[in-house]
Amino acid sequence: MVALVAEPLDELEVPAEEEGTGKHRRIRWWRGIVLFAVGAYFIIPFYAALRFSLEGSNGKFTLSAFTSIPSQPGFGAAFALSVRLAVITTVITMVLMVPTAVYVHLRVPRLRRLFDGITVLPIVIPPVVLIVGVLQVAPTVLKGTPDLLALVYVVLAMPFVYRSLDAGLRAIDLKTLVEASRSLGGRWSSTLLRVVLPNLRAALLSATILTVALVLGEFTMASLDQYQTFPVWIVNFEQDDAHVSTAVSLLALVGTWLLLLLITSFDRRQSRRWLRKESR
Amino acid sequence: MGESAQVSAASHRSIPAGDPGPVATRRGAGGAFEDDVSGRTWRSRVSPFVGLAPFALYTLVFLGIPALAIVYGAFQKPSGGFTFENLRLATTGIYRTGYETSLELAVISSVVPGIIGLLLAYAIHTSKSTNLRRIVSTSSGVFANFGGVPLAFLFIATLGTTGVATTWLRDLGIDPYQHGFDLYTLSGVALVYMYFQIPLMVLVITPALGGIRSTWREAANNLGARSWQFWRHVGGPVLLPSVLGAVLLLFGSALSAYATAQALTSGSIALTPIQIGTFLNGNVLAGEQNVGKALGFGMIVIIMVVMLLYGILQRRASKWLR
Repeated sequence: MVALVAEPLDELEVPAEEEGTGKHRRIRWWRGIVLFAVGAYFIIPFYAALRFSLEGSNGKFTLSAFTSIPSQPGFGAAFALSVRLAVITTVITMVLMVPTAVYVHLRVPRLRRLFDGITVLPIVIPPVVLIVGVLQVAPTVLKGTPDLLALVYVVLAMPFVYRSLDAGLRAIDLKTLVEASRSLGGRWSSTLLRVVLPNLRAALLSATILTVALVLGEFTMASLDQYQTFPVWIVNFEQDDAHVSTAVSLLALVGTWLLLLLITSFDRRQSRRWLRKESR
Repeated sequence: MGESAQVSAASHRSIPAGDPGPVATRRGAGGAFEDDVSGRTWRSRVSPFVGLAPFALYTLVFLGIPALAIVYGAFQKPSGGFTFENLRLATTGIYRTGYETSLELAVISSVVPGIIGLLLAYAIHTSKSTNLRRIVSTSSGVFANFGGVPLAFLFIATLGTTGVATTWLRDLGIDPYQHGFDLYTLSGVALVYMYFQIPLMVLVITPALGGIRSTWREAANNLGARSWQFWRHVGGPVLLPSVLGAVLLLFGSALSAYATAQALTSGSIALTPIQIGTFLNGNVLAGEQNVGKALGFGMIVIIMVVMLLYGILQRRASKWLR
């Protein structure tokens, strides 16, 4: 069991070792250029916005845009709503998509191409249109609650989540792993939880990151459904004070990012502890 | 499929030799697995699709039915009754221009960020620094979903007429606004879209890069292959379907992006999603209420065509692999 898990983990921790020869020094050289160019493209707008948010109305440096955020009307409620939607969406997406993706790979691999197609559909239909379609057909019970948004976000997250899971499942030898576990007497539930999922850790992680970030950033649907989620609040507030609104956007970016960094390191610690326990 | 066969061959090799368990039990386990499938009673024989029921049901309720409602609306007169008038209006005049501009934008902002994102993902994947990879993978998740008014605002502060980067470039003697660049036109929107398209590409393609085993690279090197030969004959073909799929996702994402372009251009360039948004906001002429649905229907048709091309390409790629 340990060997089954240890192999992809090694890959997770230590990537392809390609050092030593002159050819690979050249690879490192173009890597520097790519990282620098992309880094500049992503950091400069960030810097520009930061400078703008630190500028008072008289053009002087001030922190007031940042310090006044918690006391802004509606901030706490909007943030809490977005976090709640993110949790609901992530749970439903994982419960729905992980068994489905494993099942497709194991039992009906001939449907993989069809699944590729189905899971691309949600990005085909623009969110503007989908939410109106949903609001047209949704029962009144659901229309009265923001949780309807989470249910639709599951559909939005599906293509990204399925793609990650699919790529993760392709990279491991799922059939052999499952056969080995089953022949050693493992039940389906323990095979899924203790053999398949640990091997999919990287894919699950990227799927979770995608889902959480999607929900915390989605604007179009939430605004059309008339719920004040975090992004909607930022935009509404921009009309009052662009400096504060920019400050909140920056904080939201950094906050989400730190949260995800936390999830990542938590996951790594978990996996290490788990591995140690198993190998004892 | 040839691709998966190659992947599994590689992972057999990478299972530590000291532990014969998984490899040794493979044949026996395979038999047990087959028995397990065929030995079950009526349940498995009724249909192997039963396991897909929850997914199918969910997709039907939250995607299929709303989509059908839109398609149905595209062929309905506002007063009720079947008509082609909506479609006729949606494919002529300003709406036709909207489709053309949207397609141009979607092609530019899927191919360019696709290439950059692939390079970045590969640079990160082969990097030894765990911290670098963690930072890039988590920030990709954040930036891929960053959009709308905040993103537009970031770029107005950067490349607007008085933005930070514009000022820098002007000080260097290059005024981007005198060299054909304008943040509020197609070129500007394409540049801004890269802010979420590149991270999206990184997120989608990174798991696929994990499928390229370092042992292949070593084997190719041992056989005397140069770097480009490895990519031409091994890495490229294996990655091709994944890369095409990822670029397709970017295409769809660019085609249906709404909030960013709306915030940046306030509708000054004709893009189909913005036109649909206008309809949904209620700014419509009498008798044209369903043209917005016809526009949405048109976008679905466009992607269906792209998907078909993608399917053909992918089949060819996997055939070539065998």
